[in-house]
Amino acid sequence: MTDAALPRRQPIALRFPSVMIFLAVLALFTVGVTILSEGFGIGVISTSFIKTLGKTLCLCLVALAMDLVWGYCGILSLGHMAFFGIGGYAIGMWLMYARTEIIVLESLAAAELPPTAQEVSDGIATQIFGVVGSSEFPPIWAFAHSLPLQLAAVVIVPGLLALVFGWLAFRSRVTGVYLSILTQAMTLALSLHLFQNDSGLRGNNGLSGLQNLPGLDEVPQATVSLWFFWASALALGLGYVLCTWIVAGKFGSVIRAIRDDEARVRFLGYPVESFKLVVFTLTAVIAGIAGALYYPQAGIINPAEIAPIASIYLAVWVAIGGRGRLYGAVIGAAFVSLLSTWFTGGQAPDINLGFYTISWVDWWTVLLGLSFVAVTLFAPKGIGGLVDLVTDRKSPNRHGADLGPDQGALREQEAEK
Amino acid sequence: MSTLLEVSGVSVSFDGFKAINNLSFQIADAELRAVIGPNGAGKTTFMDIITGKTKPDEGRVIYGDKSVSLLKMSESRIAQAGIGRKFQRPTVFEDQSVFDNLMMALKKTRGPMAVLFFKPSKTDTDKVAELAEQIGLSGALNRKSGELSHGQKQWLEIGMLLAQDPRLLLVDEPAAGMTPAEREHTTDILREAAKTRAVVVVEHDMEFVRRLECKVTVLHEGSVLAEGSLDHVTKNEQVIEVYLGR
Repeated sequence: MTDAALPRRQPIALRFPSVMIFLAVLALFTVGVTILSEGFGIGVISTSFIKTLGKTLCLCLVALAMDLVWGYCGILSLGHMAFFGIGGYAIGMWLMYARTEIIVLESLAAAELPPTAQEVSDGIATQIFGVVGSSEFPPIWAFAHSLPLQLAAVVIVPGLLALVFGWLAFRSRVTGVYLSILTQAMTLALSLHLFQNDSGLRGNNGLSGLQNLPGLDEVPQATVSLWFFWASALALGLGYVLCTWIVAGKFGSVIRAIRDDEARVRFLGYPVESFKLVVFTLTAVIAGIAGALYYPQAGIINPAEIAPIASIYLAVWVAIGGRGRLYGAVIGAAFVSLLSTWFTGGQAPDINLGFYTISWVDWWTVLLGLSFVAVTLFAPKGIGGLVDLVTDRKSPNRHGADLGPDQGALREQEAEK
Repeated sequence: MSTLLEVSGVSVSFDGFKAINNLSFQIADAELRAVIGPNGAGKTTFMDIITGKTKPDEGRVIYGDKSVSLLKMSESRIAQAGIGRKFQRPTVFEDQSVFDNLMMALKKTRGPMAVLFFKPSKTDTDKVAELAEQIGLSGALNRKSGELSHGQKQWLEIGMLLAQDPRLLLVDEPAAGMTPAEREHTTDILREAAKTRAVVVVEHDMEFVRRLECKVTVLHEGSVLAEGSLDHVTKNEQVIEVYLGR
């Protein structure tokens, strides 16, 4: 037995060259966009497109989380956009409160007597909740005055919800399609609840004006958009490194094993449910952070954002990009969401067939659905699979033969890296 | 030799069918035991009960020095307590390398946080290398286990069991689909393992059982029909009737 046969522990960057490549591409992209921006550069890229790019980076981050929970751990969660939305609401509450507070204080400053705390509070509440016919703060706004507390909520609320939901679901050994349905039910229930006017979060109006940072009115949006763009890029970079670290070690080994044969992992002595719970909760937190960065760039959040379809889109992005590889999730989210913006934004030229005009605003969803089916059937590795064409030339050709004795055994094309 | 596992009066039925009927069984530390029986005798259900996969309707399963009952423990807790199981069909994680498979099985703290911050030490990698040597897969450590031959997968699974360092090893048809030379090697591995721990082998193949040279338990319709040396049980009239006579 020579040591040469043993896999040596190399630094993570060397074992996973994709990390360095990814970070380099992300850095170049960020610098490039900054140079071309209106805020700090030569003004080729409009501020609204900077926001689109920043939002895309956030979607890439939540796609990373989805890949970790689905591609690696095998839990097809169709509810992760709920956590994303909760993150958005949490930061949105502070943004709305703080900005309204400034406006109310300004208007009350003209009064003869200095306003009491109660008057200020009532003023803010009337401003925010007038639209749903209320003038009092619901209990969930108790911490909205404090940025640190709402930032903590960005992490804690999705994490706690995922922890409780996951504990209940995994403990009862709900798996596969039943778990997916359960997560859909969760996100649907949350969305329906928020649609109600007395949910305390302004019903279907949602929270708006989130692009205006309190006290920074004199800073132009061109600048603010870049701040958020940088923050999103940083979060994506950190998220990518974190996810790589998680999947690189023994933990990654165990969760992939859970994906492939849960019962066997149990007989190895691993508490499968705890592992799933950790992954589910952690990815919910990542999704919450991504949402908190996304919605200030979007400017508005409403309950439609956490409708079940949003989480399904998330799964589609990851599937098209290539699940079970982190860069695949990022590529999928970036590619599909940007394409979606292009098609639904009315920029894509309509196709006139003479008897019928294909208007992409309507037909984009059909195209997306068809490509999802096509990817599932013909290219299960997704766009990320193209990388294999370059890197995996050396794998032995077994002419597609089974690698094992029975039907369930891995086939050659799956066994390739 | 003290009793390591004691199964007494266990019954289980599926939809009215009694798969296990008042079964009693015990095994001591460092004992090798073969369990034989025709199809449907309840061999696999018997293993399912010990490993916690199936809960019996009645009876007791007592394990270890502290005589703990296994019936209230989850599968993973039972595995942590030192009971390892090899399935009929080789179930290794085909997507991962032989090294990763063995490293995962290596006896370590199993909690998520301990695993997340786990870093293999020199001792760990050496242990894996040693195990690979034992199961004849030294040269294949970096290969994906899905590429291995059927026999090699069986060995890898046995290697993973040994890596768990269990006190009780349950092995379901280890020699299925192996060449004669591979069977020989498997017998050696099992006999070697039984020097330091209890090993229960469920097997169909009489020749293989003979080579194990151990006490044999014959199951039939969910209960023990006969027990003793292979020669002893094969002389038993009932055994000949239900099993060998066919």
